Amino acid sequence: MNIPVKPVSTVELSKADFVSKQTVRWCPGCGDYSILANVQKVMPELNIPRENIVFVSGIGCSSRFPYYMNTYGLHTIHGRAPAFATGLKVARPDLSVWIVTGDGDGLSIGGNQLLHMLRRNLDVNVLLFNNRIYGLTKGQYSPTSEQGKVTKSTPFGSPDMPLNPMLFALSAGATFIARTFDVDAKGMQEIFKEAAKHKGTSFVEIYQNCNIFNDGTFSAIYERSVREDRILRLKHGKPFIFGKEQNKGIRLNGLKPEVVDLRDGVNENELLVHDQYSRDRILANLLSGFDYPDFPVPMGIFRQVENSTYEEKIEEQIKSQIEKKGVGNLEKLLRGNHAWTN
Amino acid sequence: MSSVEAPLRAKSVSSQVNIPKTELEKASIRFAGDSGDGMQLTGTRFSATSVMAGNDVITFPDYPAEIRAPAGTLAGVSSFDLSISSNEIYTTADFLSVLVVMNPAALKMNLQDLEKGGILIINSDSFEENDLRKAEYSENPLESGELNDYRVVQIPITKLTLRAVEETGLSHRDGVRCKNFFSLGVVQWLFVRSLDQTRDWIEDKFKNKPEIAKANVLALQAGYNYAITTELFQARYNVPPAVLPSGEYRQITGNQAFSLGCVAASLRSGLSLLYSSYPITPASDILHELAQYKNFGVKTIQAEDEIAAMSSSIGSAFGGVLAVTGTSGPGLDLKSEAIGYAVMAELPVVVLNVQRGGPSTGLPTKAEQTDLLAAMYGRHGEAPVPVLAPATPGDCFYMVLEAFRLALKYMTPVIVLSDGGLANASEPWIIPDVDQLPDLTSNIHTDPENFSPSNRNPETLGRNWAIPGTPGLEHRLGGLEKDIVTGEINYEPENHEKMVLLRDEKIRRIVKDLPPLELIGPEKNELLVVTWGSVFGPAFSVINELQTEGYPVSMLHLRHLNPFQEKLGEVLRNFKKVLVPEMNLGQLSRLLRAEYLVDAISFSKLQGRPFLISEIRNRVLEFFD
Ligand code: SF4
Repeated sequence: MNIPVKPVSTVELSKADFVSKQTVRWCPGCGDYSILANVQKVMPELNIPRENIVFVSGIGCSSRFPYYMNTYGLHTIHGRAPAFATGLKVARPDLSVWIVTGDGDGLSIGGNQLLHMLRRNLDVNVLLFNNRIYGLTKGQYSPTSEQGKVTKSTPFGSPDMPLNPMLFALSAGATFIARTFDVDAKGMQEIFKEAAKHKGTSFVEIYQNCNIFNDGTFSAIYERSVREDRILRLKHGKPFIFGKEQNKGIRLNGLKPEVVDLRDGVNENELLVHDQYSRDRILANLLSGFDYPDFPVPMGIFRQVENSTYEEKIEEQIKSQIEKKGVGNLEKLLRGNHAWTN
Repeated sequence: MSSVEAPLRAKSVSSQVNIPKTELEKASIRFAGDSGDGMQLTGTRFSATSVMAGNDVITFPDYPAEIRAPAGTLAGVSSFDLSISSNEIYTTADFLSVLVVMNPAALKMNLQDLEKGGILIINSDSFEENDLRKAEYSENPLESGELNDYRVVQIPITKLTLRAVEETGLSHRDGVRCKNFFSLGVVQWLFVRSLDQTRDWIEDKFKNKPEIAKANVLALQAGYNYAITTELFQARYNVPPAVLPSGEYRQITGNQAFSLGCVAASLRSGLSLLYSSYPITPASDILHELAQYKNFGVKTIQAEDEIAAMSSSIGSAFGGVLAVTGTSGPGLDLKSEAIGYAVMAELPVVVLNVQRGGPSTGLPTKAEQTDLLAAMYGRHGEAPVPVLAPATPGDCFYMVLEAFRLALKYMTPVIVLSDGGLANASEPWIIPDVDQLPDLTSNIHTDPENFSPSNRNPETLGRNWAIPGTPGLEHRLGGLEKDIVTGEINYEPENHEKMVLLRDEKIRRIVKDLPPLELIGPEKNELLVVTWGSVFGPAFSVINELQTEGYPVSMLHLRHLNPFQEKLGEVLRNFKKVLVPEMNLGQLSRLLRAEYLVDAISFSKLQGRPFLISEIRNRVLEFFD
């Protein structure tokens, strides 16, 4: 009844083993290159046989990703990668499934699919490349573009409020939420590894520069000269401290977070301390709201909690029904309960 | 006036005279009442009893789209038809011999289908002024004389039921709910049926609620006794057992047959089954049914929407399981983009489409055959898909197996077109021998030597199915055009044209793999009636009759709609005239005209109900005036 058991490759793999023959066709200078390189770098370290890895994507610049990975891959239709992945993972819980999507693919046309996959806690990893623009259709504003964004489709500024991907994932009940950015090789690798390890949906937002249609959209945040003052690097159990001189912190004033200067006599133990394993969503919710220029932008793992996964529940039901009723007998099933002979 | 005002108090049993039994070849009965009156249950029980008595039985439930429209209104009427016969039957009868109505609304909605002189059983307790107003009667039909053409039997069913169940101490509300079993008791007596089977069924069904079981049995018995003692009827009717081909039978609906077919396909292919769908009338029962078969390894997903249902099915097919989804009406539109993707990625997925009245939300609970052209052409680009259509409820089982056979062999999505009639209608079905079912073992490719996802079987053009978990076969599939040799992305104009032709040719080659056409009647004749889907039932009944009467008419029923079977053009051209009765505006006739340049004449019906035998008969007879 099941998938035939096949030999599993045991050879040690290197980054090169994950590079496909397909020529990479992103614009030179695109942030996607570095994300691809870092995913390929991390893959051999996961100790997963290459044949058990599947990259699934939708439509958009980022969604070309599977073609460049020498693993199994499905480049699907716009917005629906989470649904394709749901079928695949339920059919084959043994596979390591990675979804690559973008702000348009995942949060506009595919908002519903992403929402429900997160809610179900399917055990897959989502890499959402957020460049706050539609690249493949040549530069219209996206659901994460700031209000007032002037693009070809909004010559007088976009009227929409942007969507916060982290709050979206959190509200859907995501069990693993993290953010990283395309020029931070070390940060990306760490998070990709943690995402792969997490049981349940791992949702990773990656700030990605589209140098053609939205160049520098994140520069104010992660430009090397200002980065340490504008980014809050999350570490479990450590207080919220940031700044080149590590002299700024965040504490709660009533229900409101505020940035404080540690040189002003504020004591470190007044600061908020990161707890990524907290089951409630309060801290993750607070972090998701931090944005430039009022707050430093958090990078790292916001939330990581254990929960049962969708496919595991389905497997459990099958197991328990077989225990209860025995393996189904087709003849009996076809006969039903009220057969008669003529 | 022929109405019998039955007394409340039953006469003593000893006063019972010998009521004559009339032998009938066939009879048709309809139970009609409010959605909450339990008419579907009553009808199902009566058909089960008739089946056990050896009749051929065809059932046809008709229920409103609203779950509980206000009680007593016309919108809330629900009914259940069954035809029983001592010969083989293929469709429910045009007119009813017996109509049971539980309220004025049911009377108003159904009276036109009762034959003149037919028996009309009425629950007279529900003809108060208020009931009449809700049914939009200005005058009480029990008094107006408008029922004079029928044999009216008024019974105070509600009061008698309450009296019968009194001893159980049930609340008034629960007591009233037993009245459907009272009416069933009356009809069981009328058709000389034993109550044993129904009693057993009630006791089993309500085994956790013994007081409800007891009350229902009491109501059933009370109805039966009431009919005995009151001489309500001048005759009882006996429909003798039918001479059906010998074998083991069960009753089956189209949706059940689909579900069983899916499980059978899983076992015959050695692949686990994954059914992903979004709830939609009238296809939801397939999901309900399959969700119960976890011990067969069946996995079901209730997807978040129709698009996700289709997409997750394709994802699961990539993973190497038997992928199937079900839908209806607007759901097919929503699935069309993803079906096109499955054409492009060449992955095996079966789409069960239970057609209903459209466009848009249309008539959710009624039958139509209006999705044929959508199944054929409803996708952008050249996206050919095999299309199949079962003829009867039981045939749904075999068409699912056939759909999987084609999907796996040719690596393609396949659409199966059922309809709201087949989905819920039931018929006796010969239980198939499991070993005789087609072998669906498919070759999942495992050899890395010279592997390309574009390698094909040179005969079928079916692409190699290589699934994740197989070392050395890592490959990418997508919706972008592929190179005909390597399977990598290729946008070159010549390559695209080659790929379009190849995908087309692959579906055309299925023709060679189909059984030959089977004509009902002579190969050359004056008139050929061509049908597909559920029109088989009424058309076959008509053609049988007309052929016996000597009319030069033949019939051809198509279960393969894309591609058509071999020699169809030649067959059509052997007839002077070709008539295509369809529950649409001529979709098959258009295909036949376009494909074979024959003058296929369309005969349409779009009332959300099957053709009547007389409608097809009269249309056919016009050719012989
Ligand atoms: S358009 Fe933008 S996102 Fe797309 S490949 Fe070019 S730079 Fe990258």
